[in-house]
Amino acid sequence: MYQLLKQIAKTGIVTEPAPQPDAALRAIEQRLGEAILKHFGRSLAIRHVDAGSCNGCELEIHALNSPYTNPEKLGIKFVASPRHADMLLVTGPVSRNMEVALKRTWEATPDPKLVVAIGDCGCTGGIFGESYASCGRVSNVIPVDVVVPGCPPTPTAIMQGILTAISTGQRR
Amino acid sequence: MPLNELPIGVKPLPGAMPAFCATVPAAELRSVCEQARARKARLVALWGSDETLRAAGYALHLAIAFPSGLLWLTVPLSREDPRYPGIADIYPGANRMQRATADLLGIVPSADADRRNWLRHGAWAESSFPLRKDFDATARPTRDEDRYAFVKVTGEGVHEIPVGPVHAGTIEPGHFRFSIVGEKILRLEERLGYKHKGIEKRFEEMSLEEGAKLAGRVSGDSTVAYAWAYAMALEGATGTAPPTRALALRGMLLELERIANHLGDLGYLGNDASLSFGFFQFWRLKEDLLRTNARLFGHRYLMDAIVPGGVARDLPHSEAALLIECIGSIRREVVTLKSIYDEHAGAQDRFIMTGQVLPELAERMGLTGFAGRASGIAHDLRVDHPIPPWQQLDPRMASHTRGDVAARVSVRFEEVFESMRLIEALVEQLPPGEIRAPVAAARADARGIGWVEGWRGEVLIALDIAGAGRIHRLHPHDPSWQNWPLLEHAVHGNIVPDFPLINKSFNLSYSGADL
Repeated sequence: MYQLLKQIAKTGIVTEPAPQPDAALRAIEQRLGEAILKHFGRSLAIRHVDAGSCNGCELEIHALNSPYTNPEKLGIKFVASPRHADMLLVTGPVSRNMEVALKRTWEATPDPKLVVAIGDCGCTGGIFGESYASCGRVSNVIPVDVVVPGCPPTPTAIMQGILTAISTGQRR
Repeated sequence: MPLNELPIGVKPLPGAMPAFCATVPAAELRSVCEQARARKARLVALWGSDETLRAAGYALHLAIAFPSGLLWLTVPLSREDPRYPGIADIYPGANRMQRATADLLGIVPSADADRRNWLRHGAWAESSFPLRKDFDATARPTRDEDRYAFVKVTGEGVHEIPVGPVHAGTIEPGHFRFSIVGEKILRLEERLGYKHKGIEKRFEEMSLEEGAKLAGRVSGDSTVAYAWAYAMALEGATGTAPPTRALALRGMLLELERIANHLGDLGYLGNDASLSFGFFQFWRLKEDLLRTNARLFGHRYLMDAIVPGGVARDLPHSEAALLIECIGSIRREVVTLKSIYDEHAGAQDRFIMTGQVLPELAERMGLTGFAGRASGIAHDLRVDHPIPPWQQLDPRMASHTRGDVAARVSVRFEEVFESMRLIEALVEQLPPGEIRAPVAAARADARGIGWVEGWRGEVLIALDIAGAGRIHRLHPHDPSWQNWPLLEHAVHGNIVPDFPLINKSFNLSYSGADL
């Protein structure tokens, strides 16, 4: 126990400052009122849905929860069910085998809700594109508020996308 | 020439790894597999191809690992009746591979085999086969009914817990059907294929150059292993020799990938045993490593760092010092964290005797990679076939026999330390010279094999070139194919709350096996 406490004390706090929202990431105009955004800004519950990624974006969503970015400091937490969520963070081109599951997850998420598409595949279909097995980008299946390109996008870029989705800034 | 281990004629396949090709009629498939099995040869992969554009029918392919090298066995099948005798009773790992091949190509095993769908969830019709050459890749097939016959467990107090495809954590999608009594797991049945996004068909639409990028995205967490396997296959098929400096750099990249994945999983294993301290500590170290990767090689996960012919970026002497410094500082902390894990009674209580796969079952089912090495399966391609850059480094293989979560944790720690040693040795002995050789022209019908010990296990790329720089057929094979069925066994008799811990101790790829 001594060694464990010593390690914690030695490590200290490594969390870095959060990025600013970037209106250029908006796919559509902000639909939610300021009153709602004020609540989301203090406590945002996110449900991640992998709709068919290569799992690269998942690595960066895990890394987002590292002590360097520490989203919980900003009141942002990942939850186990879409029924508890305000936001869906969706990765991958949407495989046709995941199309129904993604739609159902979106329907299970209570309104008002936001959707952030993560990664080049989520934004455009990426290298996998559209095919007999792939629906392509996320917005081909459910409405998307903000897109975060990158292969995969860094934890800071994902955080910026999340913060953009709950900001009042309009699309540029 | 004859193969050392079997009385069949084979043709050596040029390339970095020892590999051979042979063709056998369907009637002899089972006897060849039985003899191979008796000589403890491992089934690495099974896939199919459409050869109708080459004035033939279809073909079934197997990759079998013998001590002398990899045998690529081809079984020609007729266009009218593409059936073959199934081999899942000889090699149990073949079950899902046979079903996937049936879904994609309509090549089917004999009547007594498990004929349930695997990758086809009704997104295309039962009568159409995406990997056939006459399949219209631009069409959007109409959705068919999706029925799947799970095995039903009955008895007093037995009930089911269906989980997924959307899981509770940040995990890839798949369905797990638990049959339980109280909180004890009687049976787990996996249903995967949710991430099937048509990767193999996509390869056939690409040039050999574009294919390298897609190979690096079959399973993102193993991007280095896949990129190397792709490069190795293409270099073998074209007779291209990458410079020795590039091979040393590839070795570093592969070991960096191994360290990053093991660090992340060791963090999650602490977390899933309620030691969240472990998660934050290991993910801090992993982040330090990823940032060093980005600085030195231009990408946090080293995507596209390996290219056919060599590597995309050199490591100048001044930057090598940064790498050594980063490795040294992470090693010091991992030593401390290992001692904390080892002495933490709560964590060890959860790890020991949880999710056990004993060596006998592991051997029978074909468990591979680091999970295999935790269950007494002493195979590691870096040790079995020490081609450059492993040749002079004498990599040490981690090996345990208890096969529980604790053994997989131990193997991961050992491999982290060994990978660090290998990186330091590679930096020290880095040969001078070029980092990339031009890739020679590709001849039609040329074949190549890429076979690399990724962090999870052996990654295979089997490449068949169409000519004019295009791909006729490419099968990327992830070790998760072999290991997923063992997870079903590992959870027997364990309690449901230990499932996440057991699952994470294997950390298998969905994307890599769903394709």
